[in-house]
Amino acid sequence: MKTVEPLIFELSSPGRTAYSLPELDVPRKELTSMLPPGSLRKEPADLPEVSEVDVVRHFVRLSRLNHGVDIDFYPLGSCTMKYNPKINEETASLPGFANVHPYVPEAGAQGLLRMIFELERYLCEIAGMDKFTLQPAAGAHGEFTGLAIIRAYQASIGQGHRNKVIIPDSAHGTNPATAVMNGCVTVEVKSDARGGVDLEALKAVLDGDVAALMLTNPNTLGLADENIHVIARMVHEAGGLLYYDGANANGTLGWTRPGDMGFDVLHFNLHKTFATPHGGGGPGSGPVGVKSRLAPFLPVPTVEFDGERYYLDDDRPQSIGKVRGFYGNVGVAVKAYTYIREMGAAGLKRATEDAVLNANYLMAELKKYYLLPYDRYCKHEFVLSGNWQKARSGVRTLDISKRTLDFGMHPPTNYFPLIVDEAMMVEPTETESRETLDRYISVLKEIDREATEEPDKVKGAPYATPVGRLDEVVANRKPNLRWRREG
Amino acid sequence: MLAAVGAKDIAELFSDIPDETRLKRPLDLPPPMAESELRRYLKSLAGLNWAADDYACFLGAGAYDHYIPSVVAEITGRNEFYTAYTPYQPEVSQGTLQSIYEYQTMIAELAGMDVANASMYDGPSAAAEAILLAMASNRRRHVVVSRAVHPDTRSVCKTYTAGQGVTFSEAAISPDGTTSTASAASLLTEDTTCLIVQYPNFFGVIEPLAELAEAAHAKGALFVVVANPIALGILTPPGAFGADVVCGEGQPLGIPMGFGGPHLGFFACLEKYQRRMAGRLSGMTVDSRGQRAFVLTLQTREQHIRREKATSNICSNEALCALAACVYLSAMGKEGLREVASQCLHKAHYARERITRLPGFQPAFAGTFFNEFVVKAPVPAARLQEGLAGRKILGPVDVGRFYPEYAGLAMFAVTEKRTRKEIDGLVSALEVIAG
Repeated sequence: MKTVEPLIFELSSPGRTAYSLPELDVPRKELTSMLPPGSLRKEPADLPEVSEVDVVRHFVRLSRLNHGVDIDFYPLGSCTMKYNPKINEETASLPGFANVHPYVPEAGAQGLLRMIFELERYLCEIAGMDKFTLQPAAGAHGEFTGLAIIRAYQASIGQGHRNKVIIPDSAHGTNPATAVMNGCVTVEVKSDARGGVDLEALKAVLDGDVAALMLTNPNTLGLADENIHVIARMVHEAGGLLYYDGANANGTLGWTRPGDMGFDVLHFNLHKTFATPHGGGGPGSGPVGVKSRLAPFLPVPTVEFDGERYYLDDDRPQSIGKVRGFYGNVGVAVKAYTYIREMGAAGLKRATEDAVLNANYLMAELKKYYLLPYDRYCKHEFVLSGNWQKARSGVRTLDISKRTLDFGMHPPTNYFPLIVDEAMMVEPTETESRETLDRYISVLKEIDREATEEPDKVKGAPYATPVGRLDEVVANRKPNLRWRREG
Repeated sequence: MLAAVGAKDIAELFSDIPDETRLKRPLDLPPPMAESELRRYLKSLAGLNWAADDYACFLGAGAYDHYIPSVVAEITGRNEFYTAYTPYQPEVSQGTLQSIYEYQTMIAELAGMDVANASMYDGPSAAAEAILLAMASNRRRHVVVSRAVHPDTRSVCKTYTAGQGVTFSEAAISPDGTTSTASAASLLTEDTTCLIVQYPNFFGVIEPLAELAEAAHAKGALFVVVANPIALGILTPPGAFGADVVCGEGQPLGIPMGFGGPHLGFFACLEKYQRRMAGRLSGMTVDSRGQRAFVLTLQTREQHIRREKATSNICSNEALCALAACVYLSAMGKEGLREVASQCLHKAHYARERITRLPGFQPAFAGTFFNEFVVKAPVPAARLQEGLAGRKILGPVDVGRFYPEYAGLAMFAVTEKRTRKEIDGLVSALEVIAG
């Protein structure tokens, strides 16, 4: 089979090395004399045997097969692929942050603890919440933590029987999965004609078993719920709590706060709203904020300040426990802290306004060529449908996206949310210029023309990428998840 | 742009936000700083922390000060890797997908397992995911976990499964520091979904995996081993002893200690469990041009497809840390990883031998250990820590902080980075402090 880049194992040559370790400076002994019988590995792990230049060239060549924010437009909806300022990378890699052991005495972590404490205070202010934890390592992890806190709080007030979690049909898949991990059952409510939560449908499912409503606002259609204050009142009156999925916080930051909308618990995605890089899938960070009555249930330890020193507080008897080792993705927190300090309040609000303006501009131009199912001002993102093209020539959203790749741009999120047929969820973010947006508009306009005049060209795309369309059926039917030495 | 949109001003775009929920004042945040000011300020904050660069670090207990080859940061610092997201569009993500495939291979090989996933948040959450996998496989709801498993791991496992009514029993620690197989066997029942042990365990002691695996399997429970991946460079892989799942903290594989994160949860299992494994998987396939290529596979396990029926809710993972581990393992290679592990073993043994020759110092456990060991000192661990810090030495971990029954005991970790001179310096300092 033709290969684009050999596997590192295929570059291996016996005896070749890339490592450099000093000579052992303590007396050498028989390894078996220091290990229990039978526990010395018979054969060394079959790792690559390559030189340093082999390693570097291999991974640099691999890197060049990737698309990233630093290369071109990446309007992946609900992922907020904004530019990641380089100063953040620099500060996070300072040895005083990156090279500190988590069990260093508190006296040796005052700068770190202060950073964490202050970041938590900033997030409280931004969210309208009373206390935060940075322990969750990602958005879904934050959801899990937040719902566990809600369940623990309800158990503490004799409401432990509540196990119903209400989730709109536009929600991220992580929401229902989170509910089930917490031992809850999910109830779906449909969206109304304007893309918000259908109040009648909500009313019908509110009862004494409701633990919480999990809501993304703006939702995955990119629309702010116009009835959020009514929804909050309804859920609270039924004895339930409100969980805010902060995946889309970039759409309203500085204009409204989840705490003021009536939410009790939330998570933010530092890797979305607060400009930390996505790393090819992580690390992210999903800090969770709560109103004060829920604060005793936050994971341990919390970071506290007694007026003189910052310290870790493990003595919290009502805590849900830990959701992760140590204190969270602190390195990601340093980047978000740097970002907030660079932006300030006005800068953050301006970022949201630019993100919303960019999205509305794209929406206004693209709805001339693509079906826009919910036509009202969007926030940071909007959802188009490929149904016109599909009806016209059988060109599907998948084809449109693959063709977009040929123009050097990343396509939007496809086939999500589930309530829009042939969905394309477009999130430009604030860091794109009008020129980039116009280039994207012209690309999508051109693909629309091709879909009519040369549909097979679109269906056969991409052409300009390192590899063509992949056979996912084979990959699923006979999974090959690792290399094995032949023979 | 506003004209194209048809709005008179920016505020009009926000008209859907109900008035009673609007924030009518600016956020109360510190004023913005220019990049030059920021750099100076953050350097000053960073300077308040005790970086391992300036100290001889003998702290361990889940995070270790190993040498990180320069190539690792060079590769993970490439924006093609770090400014990409989850490889949903494989045609422009082959760099990420192929490196994940290589990483999965290396982890499976180290662990002696068939397959590995693309990564999880960290070691403790990976262990919790192992319980979810076990429960999905055998529909049982009781876990036996060794008390010698890291306390963070035990806590995370409990938090993860509390909502599903899972109960836990803790297998006792033998006087030699290993998990008591008799205790584990007595706690395992027909309702036990898995037995979890750590290898080496929290105290650095190497567990008797063969007999523990037998005890678990005798009751039809899965055997889950939380392993230190550097130790696997020299220790028989858990797979050879009958482990069903091998997971753990991948931080030692080229990832900075970072005050606890981001780290790397690695996760490997037998092939028969692969469809119940959570997290992303990169699989090999072919493209329309007949080329070998890689793609996210078995996605029907995952939350974005399966929603409430998914194995786990995990979405974002620690991909960049997995890349770091992949580059690290490539650079260290077959021989280098074994040499790192061997040096850790030698240096830790040298250190314990010297420390326990000091008056009043003795090994707390007789069990054989890898790169970490516990001693009983004439003064409590907290006093040692304080005295050593003044001499630019970090450690020991105060075991009593996690185990009231071992109050005052001191745990030292020794990596390949520690020189004989540093170890000798530690020994002399301990002699003075305890004297």
